[in-house]
Amino acid sequence: MTTTQPYPSAPIYERILDPANRHDPYPLYAELSADPLHQLDEHTWLVTRHDDIARLLRDPRMSVSDPQGQPLDPPLLGSDGTPFRGGFLVLDPPHHDTLRKQTMHQFIPRILGLRHNIEELVQQLLDAKGQGPGVIDIVTELAYPLPVGVICELLGVPRSEEPVFHRFAELLTRGLDPEESLSEQEKADLAVGRREWREYLIPMIAQRQAEPGTDLISGMLAEGDPETRMNAIELGSTLGLLLIAGHETTVNLVTNGVLTLLRNPGALDRLRADPDLAPGVVEEVLRYDPPVQMTSRHATAPIRVAGQIIPTGDRIRMMLAAANRDPHRFADPERFDPARLDNAHLAFGGGVHYCLGAALARIEAQTALSAIATRLINPRLLDDPPVYRPNMILRGPAGLRVAYDGITA
Amino acid sequence: MTESTRIVVAGASLAGLRVAEALRGNGFDGELVLIGDEPHEPYDRPPLSKSVLTGRIGTDRLLLARTRTLHARWLLGVAATGLDRANRRVRVADGREIGYDRLVIATGARARPWPVPAEAALRGVHLLRGRDDADRLRADLVAAPRRVLVIGGGFTGSEVASSCHDLGLPVTVIQRGPAPLAGALGRVVGDALGARQRSFGIDLRVGTVAEALLDDGHGRLTGAVLSDGTRIGADVAVVALGSVRNTEWLAGAGLRADTGGVDCDTACRAITLDGTAAEDIYVIGDAARWRHPHFDAPPAALEHWGNALDQAETAARNLTRGGGSLRHTTGLPEFWSDQFGMNIKSVGLPHIADQVTLTQGSFERGPFVALYGRDEVTVGAVAINSPRVMDGYAALVAECAPFPPAIDANDSPTTTRVLDAGFAPALVSGGLS
Repeated sequence: MTTTQPYPSAPIYERILDPANRHDPYPLYAELSADPLHQLDEHTWLVTRHDDIARLLRDPRMSVSDPQGQPLDPPLLGSDGTPFRGGFLVLDPPHHDTLRKQTMHQFIPRILGLRHNIEELVQQLLDAKGQGPGVIDIVTELAYPLPVGVICELLGVPRSEEPVFHRFAELLTRGLDPEESLSEQEKADLAVGRREWREYLIPMIAQRQAEPGTDLISGMLAEGDPETRMNAIELGSTLGLLLIAGHETTVNLVTNGVLTLLRNPGALDRLRADPDLAPGVVEEVLRYDPPVQMTSRHATAPIRVAGQIIPTGDRIRMMLAAANRDPHRFADPERFDPARLDNAHLAFGGGVHYCLGAALARIEAQTALSAIATRLINPRLLDDPPVYRPNMILRGPAGLRVAYDGITA
Repeated sequence: MTESTRIVVAGASLAGLRVAEALRGNGFDGELVLIGDEPHEPYDRPPLSKSVLTGRIGTDRLLLARTRTLHARWLLGVAATGLDRANRRVRVADGREIGYDRLVIATGARARPWPVPAEAALRGVHLLRGRDDADRLRADLVAAPRRVLVIGGGFTGSEVASSCHDLGLPVTVIQRGPAPLAGALGRVVGDALGARQRSFGIDLRVGTVAEALLDDGHGRLTGAVLSDGTRIGADVAVVALGSVRNTEWLAGAGLRADTGGVDCDTACRAITLDGTAAEDIYVIGDAARWRHPHFDAPPAALEHWGNALDQAETAARNLTRGGGSLRHTTGLPEFWSDQFGMNIKSVGLPHIADQVTLTQGSFERGPFVALYGRDEVTVGAVAINSPRVMDGYAALVAECAPFPPAIDANDSPTTTRVLDAGFAPALVSGGLS
């Protein structure tokens, strides 16, 4: 963040960006939320309150496409005939809607049918630890393998491909970070990674075209009206989006969930006694410690927020994690309460870009947290707070070592 | 509030149920009595014109979810027939009189009947308001009628036409105004939606009224004569001419009430003939006629699902407030409709507008959003298949944004064209559903 003028809120935002505060930004958010709106620099604003953010996420004047974004060189065309700019996460309506709808049609029914596979996958990951006492790193041994295994299942690729997917997920995930936070080297790596991903997918897509199966790729290739069907480049970026958007986020959700439960033994005991409480636990983790802390848009026209007119073209950042603890919206917001009835958190965003994978994330996290609660005997945190990855937006521990006396079969 | 206090809720549909639940939720521990004219427990009405007619769900599956145990006395199948304010008693259809300390009027509305009783009584002629109506209509629709005549192109009529189309039935819609839905959304948007209805094969006759329903000589409908002189053969007619508020039972009670509703203030207190707010009588839901504080518009009943919930919350809060301050209903009016593959959502009061502009998409095909303005202030918005942008437009209405505001979304038209919204004065009243 470049501060060209003295903006009073810039220093606290700097502290939020500072990795040294990554383990607990919530006191800073609380301080920030005393005001509904902050100006961070000449053209960047930060919104903190639940009602403002919930509304802005559903405002047609909030654009996700980068006004400075350049088409690829050489230019590739999307199925609407305009230059391809990226997955639908960075597209506005109407083309966004066309692509998202096709993806929803194929993706949602498949993930709803995956619950059993997800349960099996989670049990296998814990079974691999044996039954005696030991230490599990929740991040590397549960939270990471889970979403990669699920995406392999969806795409119908063998488990042997998991390391490849894992590598692509790590590589492409940097693309979700704000452009200005990437070094030139990282940007170059990202471009290479995207090209390699497309090249990796080409034979796979060709094979499904020739011999359609029941997998997601085969489904996408035959989805809807051929006139508006996404083309190969869009399919590749959509599959990449499903891989990365569902990856680091799920890792954070599962890890944040285990961490929060171990810090709240009462909630852990209740979940152990009644695994049917998992949905409420996961919703509260999503509110209390969301995997995606902040999101951003640009104003296509002047927008009034908290009495201030934000001019056209300015960037508007929305601190989802602060809104989730907004005392104007939630009673006793700093308390972790899985029995909370009124829990309209913003962890999945809202509006046209509402998280496509919300249902999948819920199934994965519910399964993982109930398994941890019911199978680990006397689990305890070895490092509290754990070490966090530096990323501020997709915030989560780099590792989470949990010791236990045994794992039940 | 003492334990001996009794609150009577006249009306046991959405508003009545929700006010009762909110009263208990606020800690009201006195006696609660709910009076409903239908024999059924409170059920959800919006599906009646849609998934019930198409057969996707039966009317036995519409019961409204209960959010708490009410410990209430239910008088179902007996309408409230009179109000004695001096002695605080409600008379019901079986002759009983129910005393109250506080009364909530939630008696709603009914479908406006066909004006000629002999024609209205023909077999095959239907109204649609309650679940028994829907069951009867559904039975006639599955008997493979030659054609269905829908009289009235408002929301109920259009949804019925859509359901009949889904059942594969030929449909004629007779609309007095210049376009379907023109009363609620104006001619510009109504024309766009009418073109889409026609593209589904609906025989839409605008600027036309049905003058007579025809008897086959055996008491069964065989068709209708229209104002343009044509005859249409049809075995089923659905009369969808708007609604009439159920307020006759209040005659002589000293409240300001007529078929347009019972007047109340923003705190939901009934207005008496001398113009003051009654402290012991509240009005909510479709029967409540009030002036929304955000709009410069005459008082009107807002016959929307969300309004029933808002007012139930307001009335319950005020009935249990003790010495606390009054709650006022301030939420923006909103409603939705599903028809012909379109989800239509509205916020604000489009029908009071004088101008309209397309802000996203296209009138011709695909999703679109139209924004309404009056005296250069934004007063409402309608979104077709774009429900997820409505909160942004609601904010423009809430802040009285200058009309037309800049949107400049990726799918906004390149130039802003402001059009006359096309509300004929005669169309403004009545008929919203």
